[in-house]
Amino acid sequence: MSTPQEAAVAPKAGTGFWKENLRDYGMLISLVVIVIFFQIATDGILLRPLNVTNIVLQNSYIVIMALGMLMVIVTGHIDLSVGSVAGFIGGLAGLLMVRWGVDIWLAIIACLVVGGMIGGVQGYFVAYFKIPSFIVTLAGMLVFRGFMIAILGSQAIGPFPPIFQKLSSGYVAELISSDGGIYITSFLIGIVLACLLVWQNFRSRSRRLMHQVESEPFGFFVAKNILVFAAVGYVAYLISSHRGLPNVLIIMAVLIVAYGFFTNRTILGRQIYAVGGNARAAELSGIKTTRLVFWTFVNMGVLAALAGLVVAARLNSATPKAGTGFELDVIAACFIGGASAYGGVGKVTGAVIGAFLMGVMNNGMSILGIGIDYQQVIKGLVLLGAVCVDVYNQRR
Amino acid sequence: MLDPVQSVAEKSPILEMRGISKSFGAVKALSDVSFTVNEGEIHALVGENGAGKSTLMKVLSGVYPAGSYEGSILFGGEERHFRDINDSEKLGIIIIHQELALIPLMSIAENIFLASAPSKFGVIDQDERYRRTKALLAKVGLHSEVPETLITNLGVGKQQLVEIAKALSKDVRLLILDEPTASLNETDSAALLELLKEFRRNGITSIMISHKLNEITEVADRITVLRDGRTVGTLDCHEGAVDEDEIVRRMVDRDLESRYPSRTPKIGDVIFEVENWSVYHPQHSSRQMVKNVSMKARAGEVVGISGLMGAGRTEFAMSVFGRAYGRDITGTVKVHGKAVDTSDVHKAIKAGLAYVTEDRKQLGLILAEDIRKNVSLAHLGGVSTRGVIDDISEMKVAQEFRARMRIRSHNVYQETGKLSGGNQQKVVLSKWLFTGPDILILDEPTRGIDVGAKYEIYSIINELADAGKAVIVISSEMPELIGTCDRIMVMHEGEFVGEVAGEEATQENIMRAIMRRREK
Repeated sequence: MSTPQEAAVAPKAGTGFWKENLRDYGMLISLVVIVIFFQIATDGILLRPLNVTNIVLQNSYIVIMALGMLMVIVTGHIDLSVGSVAGFIGGLAGLLMVRWGVDIWLAIIACLVVGGMIGGVQGYFVAYFKIPSFIVTLAGMLVFRGFMIAILGSQAIGPFPPIFQKLSSGYVAELISSDGGIYITSFLIGIVLACLLVWQNFRSRSRRLMHQVESEPFGFFVAKNILVFAAVGYVAYLISSHRGLPNVLIIMAVLIVAYGFFTNRTILGRQIYAVGGNARAAELSGIKTTRLVFWTFVNMGVLAALAGLVVAARLNSATPKAGTGFELDVIAACFIGGASAYGGVGKVTGAVIGAFLMGVMNNGMSILGIGIDYQQVIKGLVLLGAVCVDVYNQRR
Repeated sequence: MLDPVQSVAEKSPILEMRGISKSFGAVKALSDVSFTVNEGEIHALVGENGAGKSTLMKVLSGVYPAGSYEGSILFGGEERHFRDINDSEKLGIIIIHQELALIPLMSIAENIFLASAPSKFGVIDQDERYRRTKALLAKVGLHSEVPETLITNLGVGKQQLVEIAKALSKDVRLLILDEPTASLNETDSAALLELLKEFRRNGITSIMISHKLNEITEVADRITVLRDGRTVGTLDCHEGAVDEDEIVRRMVDRDLESRYPSRTPKIGDVIFEVENWSVYHPQHSSRQMVKNVSMKARAGEVVGISGLMGAGRTEFAMSVFGRAYGRDITGTVKVHGKAVDTSDVHKAIKAGLAYVTEDRKQLGLILAEDIRKNVSLAHLGGVSTRGVIDDISEMKVAQEFRARMRIRSHNVYQETGKLSGGNQQKVVLSKWLFTGPDILILDEPTRGIDVGAKYEIYSIINELADAGKAVIVISSEMPELIGTCDRIMVMHEGEFVGEVAGEEATQENIMRAIMRRREK
């Protein structure tokens, strides 16, 4: 990367660059600040290997659902039913696997399909019947909470077969024996991932430079990549010094990458943003807006079902309380992550960061011994504050 | 009640607007306009779309506050400086806009007394409101309606009358009606005109903006004609009969040459045909908006569609373009002689059609997104491989169009919401050109953009025609059609009522085609 070329291509990338990208990096900076704050406040408990693994496990289902919710919100809708759907699917999984002894893989597939169908029914009313999504999914929230209690008979079903439990409580198998210290396979996977991220960044930057597209300042680019590498490497190190990579983290990472790619780079992803940005203009540009809205709800249903399975596996039982209030955390994660309530705006990375921001706060406050009452107050204020800052930034 | 003879004889001005000039950026909407209205008369204000009628009324009512324009306003003999619409309303200057501002799910009484209900200690006095509403409805001839009726249950004509009743509730001295009969049928229009005459007998002064010249000559005492933001003159209907042709001539007379780039048409075969096209209103399923019309366009030809507002032009175009408007649509669309399926927008685009909307902000652009994403939106396949967008080629496409269309922006990453009207229009055009259409329908392509940008748009239209495309231009500005089109079709109330070849086209010809039809 030569410096003269740099100067020629991005002469005006400076203060302007910062101003335009503040929104993207603002959330990340907030997350880092909050992590550092709790790390200090908890005397280093927050970033202990055991606790980092816990944060990941505790928030996995929120992250998974936030991916679907982000797209629903980007199209200008909302889904309030995801907590109930996740709980219902957990109950269904219990019924299938524990009571009826259905094959685990068959049961998982059945659960995901049912989740998709639930999303489809709600999406049908929203997209084709033009009923506000708030109402449809509020109804769905009640209906599926009711169904869940009905199928469980207000009892917990458990325990699940051991293989199913591995979904949430399993770890990636170690190929190389580790002698009590660090889990080498997991660590290597983390390092490879970090390298891939940095390599990907370099590749896209050099492509931009080759085509004379404005790019971020070189110094910033290098610093960013060093930070990315260091952060991913450090988290990998922490996680692999506990028990290695949890299976659910792998699932989560794959989904984050897949949805990030889908929303950023594919035609369908772009069209979803167009629908949220201006539905009528999108329609007049040949985009099948109703169909897209329908499928974002189907997708949401499948992800809610997956989250329901993860929760059930983690609790090792299907309980009537599972999933209560999840929808609020998921929606909050998206809005904290910069999604717009009016649609058309929001990023996958933002939603993931938003979910972890909430997760770190939950965890940190619990360690500090702050009661559940004030945790709610603080979370509520953070949500309001984050959105206020966002709105203020846009108005400028 | 005043003696009508006396009131006409007095002729003291209630309103004098002197030397009014108003600019929007570099565009001068009004220059040195003088406008005098006498007490107790009906004064018609006429001119083409864009001549400055609405701007003048907005200056008068304080929508454009004192200080944002030059010149002075005298009302009731005193100089006035209205800061907003409340200031002018206090003095009894009330405007009734073309788009009715009633709340559909509230009753007549609630609408009339929306801002100032009669009340006791802050609680609305229902009986008093009922009584007053009843009296007002009687004044406007709506004896048959009760004050509880919801607005949504009234027809457009009656809604118009409720608007007038609302104006009367405010102690009106000068009533301004903007196109009051535009959406009314014959009977309702006649009733409204009668009402205006009755108001005149009661000493209320009215200003009526209208395109319907027959109605104007029927009721107006005087007529002021605006053209290009200037007063052309005021005709007095009591000094000998004023005929419609005279008004039309004054409205449209101007030099067209320099405003339109010249072109030598190279017209080829018919590539676009619409046959027996019928469309019904999406909500009022019995209202036929387009009545069994047919048209053709040839390669390299620019066809204009002229007509007044509400003639059905946009409805026709949007329904052809993937049934984006209306219901119960019947008819055939042929491209290159073959019937094509245009049952949704996607298919219409595939068939080679493009429709550039008249409403670029609501229907054309995603204002929060940048130029690049707007340009590629209708043809994402053109910058993708296997469903994955190639951001570099997308950017290059956008840069190409930015250069070709001379879109003025920092780069292609600028939000379209922050561009000027002309540049926004060029982005919308770019979007459609990128789909590679054979037939382009441009709906009001120069609405709200400045003269320089207009010239550029006309040049683009010429280029497209020269490239062998069929271009259909819908416009309310007749000079624009005459200046750019090879052939102009005249639409009126959902039908084509005339067709004028380019060289024979004059505004008088077109206006006459419309007027002839109206008088039938």
